[in-house]
Amino acid sequence: MGILEVKGVNKRFGGLQALGDVNLSVQENTVHAIIGPNGAGKSTLLNCLVGKLIPDSGSVSFDGQSVLGRSPFAINQMGISRVFQTPEIFSDLTVLENVMIPCFARRDGTFKLNGIRSVMSQNDMRAKAMAMLEDVNMADKATMHAAAMSRGDKRRLEMAMCLVQDPKMLLLDEPTAGMARADTNNTIDLLKEIKEKRNITIAIIEHDMHVVFSLAERITVLAQGTPLVEDTPENIKGHPKVQEAYLGGNH
Amino acid sequence: MFGLSSKHDRTILIVATLFMLLAPVIFNLFPENSALAFFNGGYPDLMQRFAIFAILATGFNILFGLTGYLSFGHAAFLGVGSYSAVWMFKLLGYNVLPAILLSIVVAGLFSVVIGYISLRRSGIYFSILTLAFAEMSYRLAYSVLTPLTNGETGLQVYNSDPQVLAGANSPTSPHLFGIEMSSAFDINLGPWQFTFPVGYYLCAILMLISFYIAIRIFRSPFGLMLRAIKSNQTRMTYTGLNPKPYTLAAFVISGMYAGLAGGLLASMDPLTGAERMQWTASGEVVIMTVLGGAGTLLGPILGAGVIKYLENVFSKMNETLLETWFAFLPDSLQHAVVWVLSKFTGEGWHLTLGLIFMVVIIFLPGGLVEGGQRIGKRFSRRKSSGNDDDNAAASEPAE
Repeated sequence: MGILEVKGVNKRFGGLQALGDVNLSVQENTVHAIIGPNGAGKSTLLNCLVGKLIPDSGSVSFDGQSVLGRSPFAINQMGISRVFQTPEIFSDLTVLENVMIPCFARRDGTFKLNGIRSVMSQNDMRAKAMAMLEDVNMADKATMHAAAMSRGDKRRLEMAMCLVQDPKMLLLDEPTAGMARADTNNTIDLLKEIKEKRNITIAIIEHDMHVVFSLAERITVLAQGTPLVEDTPENIKGHPKVQEAYLGGNH
Repeated sequence: MFGLSSKHDRTILIVATLFMLLAPVIFNLFPENSALAFFNGGYPDLMQRFAIFAILATGFNILFGLTGYLSFGHAAFLGVGSYSAVWMFKLLGYNVLPAILLSIVVAGLFSVVIGYISLRRSGIYFSILTLAFAEMSYRLAYSVLTPLTNGETGLQVYNSDPQVLAGANSPTSPHLFGIEMSSAFDINLGPWQFTFPVGYYLCAILMLISFYIAIRIFRSPFGLMLRAIKSNQTRMTYTGLNPKPYTLAAFVISGMYAGLAGGLLASMDPLTGAERMQWTASGEVVIMTVLGGAGTLLGPILGAGVIKYLENVFSKMNETLLETWFAFLPDSLQHAVVWVLSKFTGEGWHLTLGLIFMVVIIFLPGGLVEGGQRIGKRFSRRKSSGNDDDNAAASEPAE
């Protein structure tokens, strides 16, 4: 039994079968990559996992509990944190405030009318956020406005915001899309570091084969809404079906 | 002190307190019989309105300034607060305490209903929904709800009303345990005359309490979540936070502020009409907040003060007054100048307000507070560059 179990998931958009009978099992404490050509249904699958979309049929369970019908914030509280393709951060707030918000979310739950003690006088929360920022080498930028940062820093900040919640699983949606090679390598190093330091499951949707083969322990190849194969990176590399899907045998 | 951790917050609270307590003096800078006495604003009616609208704008800022949800229906809560207060005067008697409490509670309940429905949408659709609710309340107050609102006549207290708590010797105007709102102490200092009205001080104290609560909300985790809503709701949702109850809480709190303001308006003058709920009244709060600086602590208060003061000064000006001012010009020129200026004064003062608003929005998008900050920065830069010169001069001989 994996930490994340997807069974027989279907999703249609009008006449388009975006996902057809997807089965997927992500084992605890592994890096699992989901790859596939454009339009293979990678993002649709991800959106079904985090509660943005509800599958037409099938089941998705995380840590033994069904996630279907729960809102994204409830699913996050179960222990899934999501990193977006373009970093989603609180641009109007300072870097420290950005990291403190997930700390409060972990402590207080989805809603709490917490209007008495000031944010900055809560030293435990502040220390937790600062420690996280030090972990990603951003402590010197704590008072900066998040909007003023470079794209690479925004990515690191978003990662820090997810990690400070101590999630059981991190979902990454093309974390290196549109990045220069140097930035891509930095992101790979950051993810490797995270993997070494923490007990965490990482599911990653990626286009860039370089990223996938440097990180993943298991790979699922998706094509036209159905998984073609699931195997170790070594076996995927030479797999005829995969090459067919990528080189356009079916198209 | 007061549980405020930052020195900056303590300073603005102290400055606001001193300003509010000394307002009767600050607004009456000019001696009673001098030519400039025209610009004085230190009479009870104006100062009360200033404090009351500062409460309204502070509350509005908790919603709009922090979450970015622009409500165009806040006058509805103001009106509901006023009606509740007058009903308390009619049923219980002229003591303002139950009136103010009920106006806060009723406006709070009313805003739960309106907020719950309006907050299903965001952006412009939210604004239009709140506007629609406020207009509905306004129309209903004139028609179907006449038994509650007394329609076009306006709700007021009659001799035949029960006033069950009123004793034989109770005052016949709003009072707080016997101290009448309309009473005042006069102090004459040479040519100056200062009036310290009781009603104003009640408003000022409640305004300071509301302001203090607003500071606490701004600095709290709750306030941080409200700013997160404005910044990025997607990230907020995927961080395990539900934005809906946060926005609703902000909406209700700001509705209760508006209710308090409405209750105070009625306590200063115990009658109310539906026009208090008209959309122009809602627009006025928006203008006050934006003019002062939305999302800042002092902005809405500044905005309320500036608009209420200018409204008073400009609407008092009339053609006769302008003619005496420009009597030094040749006749034909004097008529021309007076003709132009008269369009901007008296009834036409909204034209001036519009111009001021445009200038502020174009040149100071952050409102008057941004203007203040820019001036402050310029001064501190000059000061620090001066210090640099000193240091350079001091270090040179050592080399």
